[in-house]
Amino acid sequence: MSTTTVVEGWTEQPLIRFVGQSSARLVVVMTPAGQVLAQHGFTRAVDLMSAAALGAAIMASSGALAQQVGEATFGALYHAGQRHGIHLAGCETPRGRLIVLTVFGKETSIGLVQVFFEEFVAALKAAAPVDEPRRPILAANFESELNNSLASLFRR
Amino acid sequence: MSDRLLRILDRISRVRGVRGSMYVAAEDGLAVAQLLMEDVNARALAAFAASLTRKVSGAAAATGSGRVRFVQMQAEQGVLLVAAGMHDLLVAVVADAGINVGLARLEMMRAVEQGQ
Repeated sequence: MSTTTVVEGWTEQPLIRFVGQSSARLVVVMTPAGQVLAQHGFTRAVDLMSAAALGAAIMASSGALAQQVGEATFGALYHAGQRHGIHLAGCETPRGRLIVLTVFGKETSIGLVQVFFEEFVAALKAAAPVDEPRRPILAANFESELNNSLASLFRR
Repeated sequence: MSDRLLRILDRISRVRGVRGSMYVAAEDGLAVAQLLMEDVNARALAAFAASLTRKVSGAAAATGSGRVRFVQMQAEQGVLLVAAGMHDLLVAVVADAGINVGLARLEMMRAVEQGQ
């Protein structure tokens, strides 16, 4: 059974709605550093952490590439596969910039994912607490933050 | 290519009541070419037209009805029409509820053939 789990509660309802509307198989909501705030569809922590790290790295490298060609950033990235598509995009919220990685199958389309992603971003912006800026994660407490996130996401 | 498709869509837009027409990539649900009034959400129209056609095609396959060529979704305030060709290209039209569907269908089927 696919599950939706969150580290920060305000992301839960927008994520559940996005998954229901877009029929996405896997979704990760994370910071640009790869810290996971919410996820849907992952059953193993190692898969989730890999996906988050790779997604954050892709966004960082494409952002650097964008700057080289004079763009502030690329809006979204789409990879089409034989059985799955990947949509990777950033958005600004009162809690800072977030990255959303969405993996979807043939039961939906990139067009539908794009349409509902716009609504998802609006819902995240509306739900994000404005009076509580996110703490920066320092190298010294990275491991404990990661363990806390995994414990929240996989109820360990 | 795009200019040619827009010229074809222009014929559809001349049918009274048409508020917008577009070529849509069936598999992706993305717009290929479009002629729309300002209040029509192109991205949503393309995505939902492709999704609707895919679901109707599933129903047609399940009932042994063969390939879907035309979909008409009548709503209170308007109508969504989709014509499907042999290949991965759809023609979608959003129009007023009172549109002459027969005439629109004729132009849309022509557009599908010419768009291949």
